[in-house]
Order: sequence, then C-alpha cells, then structure tokens
Amino acid sequence: MRMVMTGNYASAYGAKLAKVEVIAAYPITPQTSIVEKLAEFVSTGELRAKFIPVESEHSAMAACIAAETAGARTYTATSSHGLTLMHEVLMWASGARLPIVMTNVSRAMAPPWSVWVDHMDSIAQRDTGWLQFFCESNQEVLDTIIMAYKVCESSGVMLPAMVIEDAFILSHTSEPVSVPDQELVDSFLPAYAPEYKIEVGKPMGFGSLVKPDQYMEFRYKAMLGMKEARDRFLSVEQEFKHIFGREYGGLLEHYRCDDAEVVLACAGSVASTAKDVVDSLRARGIRVGLARIRAFRPFPHQEFRALGAKVDGIAVLDRSYTFGAAGAMFTEVNASAYSGQNRTTSLAWVAGT
Amino acid sequence: MTKSYEELPLTPISTEPSTINLTGLWRVIRPVVDKEKCKKCNICWKFCPDSAIKLVDGEPVIDLRYCKGCGICAFECPQKCIIMVREDEA
Repeated sequence: MRMVMTGNYASAYGAKLAKVEVIAAYPITPQTSIVEKLAEFVSTGELRAKFIPVESEHSAMAACIAAETAGARTYTATSSHGLTLMHEVLMWASGARLPIVMTNVSRAMAPPWSVWVDHMDSIAQRDTGWLQFFCESNQEVLDTIIMAYKVCESSGVMLPAMVIEDAFILSHTSEPVSVPDQELVDSFLPAYAPEYKIEVGKPMGFGSLVKPDQYMEFRYKAMLGMKEARDRFLSVEQEFKHIFGREYGGLLEHYRCDDAEVVLACAGSVASTAKDVVDSLRARGIRVGLARIRAFRPFPHQEFRALGAKVDGIAVLDRSYTFGAAGAMFTEVNASAYSGQNRTTSLAWVAGT
Repeated sequence: MTKSYEELPLTPISTEPSTINLTGLWRVIRPVVDKEKCKKCNICWKFCPDSAIKLVDGEPVIDLRYCKGCGICAFECPQKCIIMVREDEA
C-alpha cells in the first residue's frame, strides 16, 4: 500500500511491521510523533505490544535491555540529548549482545539550543558497539528498520542497531512511502528466538563480572559480531530486494561513480541534494559522483578503498565535528582510501544544521 | 584454565543464580544473637543487605553461608542483643 507519510511515521510503521513486542520511550523533539503513533497502534490493538512510558531516555534503554533479555523484540526512538543521555546503557546493550533496534532522529547538541539536523548526537555514539545506518528517504527509514532487525538478530551478529533519520528534513516531511504487506514482512523476518533469555523457573545471571583474562575474549567476540554484520547486511539487503523490490546499495551507495574523477562522500538526507548537484554537473560534462555512507558502523572500509583506487579525489561532507581533530567521517574515509594503492586527494568539509 | 573466545558464550552468562557464591567465606567477625534479650522486632532482618537473616518462628537466625559479618544488624538492633564476635573466638 502506498501512503504519504513523514519519516517519523515511516519509523513507526517499520516497527509495527517488524511486530515489536516492547516499546519503551521518552518523548523529545523531533522524535515525539514516532512514539505517539506507536502508542496509538498499541491502544487500538493494531500492534500487540507492551508500551512502557518511562521517566528518561536512560530508563528507556534500560527497559529495552530488560525486555530484550527476556526474549522480546524491542524498539525505542530518541534524538539528540536523549541519545546522549542513553550513552552508558547503549554500551550495555551491545556488550550484552541484545539486538535492539532504535530510531535516532539526528539533531544538533546544545548549546546553542537547536532542534535542527546535524549528526553530532549519532556520531558521538560511534564507539558504543551499535550498528549505525543513515537514511536518505522516508522509504529507506521504514525498510531499514525491518532489515536492521534481521541483520541484528542473526546468530553471528547479535548487536543493536540505530536507524538514523535527519531532524525535520525527514522526520517531519511527508513523502510517498510503500508500506509492505504484513505477510511479506513476516516471511522475511521470523520471530525473535535468542539462544539465551530470562525465563521463569530457569534462573540465570546476565552481565556477570569477568576477570581480565576473559574480558578481552568477550570484547573480541563483539568485534567478530560487527565483522559478521557487514556481510550479513549485504546478504539481507539482497533478500529484501528479492521480496520487496527495493535496495539502497549496500553499506556505501555509489551514485554515478563509475567513470567519476572526483566524488563527494556524505550521509543522510543531504545526499538527495548532492545527487541533484551531481546530475547538473554531469550535464555540463564534469565527471563527478556521490558515495553515500549508509552504514557508519560497520564502516565501508573495503568500498572506500576500492573507490579511492579509481578516483582522483574524494571530498567528505561531515555534519558533525570532532573538536581538535576533524569530521569523523572524513577521518575514516581518509584512513580507508590511504591504505589503498592510490594516494587519493581528500578534502574535508563540515556542514552544520 | 582460561577459556578462549571460541569456548565462551556471547556475553557472560551464568546458569546458576548468584547464591552459588558463598559470601560467608569473607567473614572475620560474626553476629551472635542473645535470644533472651531479643524482642523479635525483625529490624535486623529488614536491614541485612545480604538477606542472610532468616526468621524462624519470628526469631532471627543468621545464615552463616552468606553472612559477610558487616555488623549492620548489630548496629541497628534497638535492643543491642546482637554482638559481633571474632571468628577465631566464636
């Protein structure tokens, strides 16, 4: 069914189609209408889920962790200061290997107060062990939530994912979105069946203390999970394409890159504008392309290495900044491209809200 | 022998509850209740941070498998009928 909806409703429909069983969330601009819509789905019985209103985002993620540990498919959504308040428990979710999926409506951090988009909040969670997917359209938001559950719940992955939609540009802008049939989603995404969970009558301890000799072993396993997530994401997207007819280009979307001399790398909704610019420059005979970073974690190192070997230059447009260093995406693109055969010229650009 | 990542579960999980840890082994002093003076108010039972005090017919009985000897029960007892005794003198 084709509907006109905002990015926030696309998130809510994505979670509903994924048949999430527990939602714990705290409202924050511009995320609020995601959880309002889900609360409505739960109250009308369209979605059989437990909706837990909590007193903070830290509690929201803590409730999601508990629910997921009990074997429930869990969802939450937040933004900006809400996401950064979750920081501690985000680390817990990934270390405990809980495949929670969350929408983050990416919004700038204060001060100065802003409700508009940049990627500072999301990028600041870079090292939490969450998969991070940046979306360009509302359709991609809905589709990515469904794909994210499938990737994350794979036995070799078992890590949480953050689906990122840009504040207002996607969250509050209506676009036509194809809402897939529930039966098709069910055939693509089976019920969540973790190997371990809390069960009544079967006492188990989760998150135990380990000594230093085993600490690294567990961290190493999480690294392997993220490595597996890379391949799994590529195969899940192909499976998604087979069933739903849509795909977005893997971890790194290449737009008119084939014979490009220079490419722009960026993430999120700004890519739509960039594609338009690529088209107009191409019309004037200038060979440019766009590399859209869909997955920031796992990072498309191999893709950038291959791209760097083909082009003369890569410019990276970051919508966040690591003070004292550079934009995080620029640093990573540079690291990938420089480990290849060609020493590609690179440019760092930073865009704000 | 330390297990490698290949032998370990995804995340540290214990199939036994934490009662498997007999924390009484940490103790150097133990609480001793004077049953004559005890008024059965249960305040010691409420305050024990390790749930190591059981009530048997309303009387506090220290579970020495788990009691760490922290002395909170002796401190809180309004009747002062719990005294802490060195393990080697108990």
